[in-house]
Amino acid sequence: MSAPVPLPAWADRLLMPLLALATAALAAALLLFGIGENPADALAIMLRGALGSGEGIGFTLYYATNFIFTGLAVALAYHAGLFNIGAEGQATMAGIGAALFIFAAEPITQGFLLIPIGIVGAMIFGAVWAAIPGWLQAWRGSHVVITTIMFNFLAAIVSVYLLVNVIGKEGSMQPETRLIADGAQLWTMQAMLGALGFKSPSTPLNFAFVLALLAAFAVWVLIFRSKFGFHLRLIGTGNDAARYAGINTQRMIVLAMALSGALAAGMAVNEVMGVQHRVVIEFTSGYGFVGIAVALMGRNHPVGVILSALLFGALYQGGTELAFERPAITRDLIVTLSGLVIFCVGALDQLYRKPLAQLLARREPG
Amino acid sequence: MDALSLIQILESGLRLSVPLIFACLAGLWSEKSGIVDIGLEGKMLMAAFAAAVAAFMTGHAWIGVFAGMAASTLLGLLHGFASISQRGNQIISGVALNMLAAGLTALLGHVIFKQGGRSPPLEGAARLPELAFGQSAMSFLAIAAALLTALALARTRFGLRVRAAGENPAAVDNAGVSVTRLRYGAVILAGLLCGLAGATLSLGQAAGFLPMMTSGKGFVALAALIFAKWRAWPAFWTCFLFGLLDAIAIRLQGVALPGIGAIPVQAIQALPYLFTIVLLAGFMGRAVPPRAAGQPYVKER
Repeated sequence: MSAPVPLPAWADRLLMPLLALATAALAAALLLFGIGENPADALAIMLRGALGSGEGIGFTLYYATNFIFTGLAVALAYHAGLFNIGAEGQATMAGIGAALFIFAAEPITQGFLLIPIGIVGAMIFGAVWAAIPGWLQAWRGSHVVITTIMFNFLAAIVSVYLLVNVIGKEGSMQPETRLIADGAQLWTMQAMLGALGFKSPSTPLNFAFVLALLAAFAVWVLIFRSKFGFHLRLIGTGNDAARYAGINTQRMIVLAMALSGALAAGMAVNEVMGVQHRVVIEFTSGYGFVGIAVALMGRNHPVGVILSALLFGALYQGGTELAFERPAITRDLIVTLSGLVIFCVGALDQLYRKPLAQLLARREPG
Repeated sequence: MDALSLIQILESGLRLSVPLIFACLAGLWSEKSGIVDIGLEGKMLMAAFAAAVAAFMTGHAWIGVFAGMAASTLLGLLHGFASISQRGNQIISGVALNMLAAGLTALLGHVIFKQGGRSPPLEGAARLPELAFGQSAMSFLAIAAALLTALALARTRFGLRVRAAGENPAAVDNAGVSVTRLRYGAVILAGLLCGLAGATLSLGQAAGFLPMMTSGKGFVALAALIFAKWRAWPAFWTCFLFGLLDAIAIRLQGVALPGIGAIPVQAIQALPYLFTIVLLAGFMGRAVPPRAAGQPYVKER
């Protein structure tokens, strides 16, 4: 990402991600061709599966909910110049936090008050799990990339221990908690639309999707319309300017990481309180890592994050449908494609930048 | 604990540390040259898969080993292309290639073998045989690789230049040596070493390929690299220590120690990560990475 060739904003924000996406799509088509599948047919099945029915759209938006949260988490930290690749671990701990808070509050109330309690529990746990690497970077100089990787593994280990030995369901062979009370379960989209008089199919889509959109708006206000966000971005440009402006850089780094972790917690809220209604082992299933791709493609802007989260949601749902219809293809194709997209969008960023800049410069007179 | 079980733990500790040693040395070469490599995991997985496929098809373990080294090096070259030629973000490239390897191996495994991504069990000459002390040839190769890496980095012209490329690439450039070629050389070495790591997993320790069979070993190797402060012999001993921890964890499963009670396996599993975090935080000496690691080199015009 050094010495980027300047491009007009429209080309940078729209054309570049699309070109990278096209490269990934081409590689994917070659891969499908290689394993004896017709890429055009596969694309048709994926599109139909993701967008062709109310049910498909519901699933697409449910996956997108996870990606909006993890994408926002990565994007917010990125504005402060921090590369948080620990959304996976932060969401894992957040799921545990939500369950612990809800279980603790259940003897007192069974009502919908459990919902904010669970969300707060998730956010606290996610925030703390991210703030520790932030603190280690700000005060002890260890790089947040490496520490968040280590914290992902620690979160996985800690959650296995807790689910097996401490908060696991009694008499169950599966490492999972018992169900949370009805009051703590987020309303399904079907129920919410039903209350408004609309009929919709049963899907995992739930109130967390609304929360995700609200979170995106809040992040936009925070980053681009608040003093805090201005300071955050100032730190992201390089520490000296921020320090001379009298900003407490170390405190801001910890805060930025904590907020990032709190956003990643939203993914746990969607899964634990909205869909599974309990903590299941490895419920994060890689959504945290896809968040990196979502943030990259969305150029770390909340609107971009929503759009690319929708795209990845469609990819996940379409890919699931494809794996269902074509016996030769498994859901592993989704992970493969996500990897390709991250590689093309994030690492091969420069591939088109220079030729494109030259092309655009030639077309402008003078 | 009697002498026999002590020897058994040492033996299985060495066996378990072999993939870590190869992967850690791979990371060492790459990062010494200035290319941060968090894609060790993906390269290992790709190698484990390719090795199992080739060994299954041909029935010869060593053909499998070479296939694994080739596959891992190809993936490494992708990382090199993105990081060196395209000056892309090395962390992102690593994350991407890890995901690519995880998905691709499971998908292709399903397409080729139709057994949910795993390969059929390998038998006979398709597996690496045990030579002595419960070790396959890979254990001895790993020791040799550590020896050669330590020597090469300290004493050879290539090693010296690789280190310079990771510390001060402009100086290397000024001396008329190509930073690009040095870094590609190091990335290829890293690919070959990760190939050995992956082949050890699927042809030596297990009898075939399983999806996600590396299960974080690439990141443990990365942790070991940091813990060893980017030095070859300490890297070897750190990996051996982590392998021993693994062997002890297996041994202690469900065993109650006098006075302490049963130690949860997870507590031992967490140690490599905890060590690394504590070390990185400067509570136990200082771990300083090569100065130019992670920064693309832009030639001055």
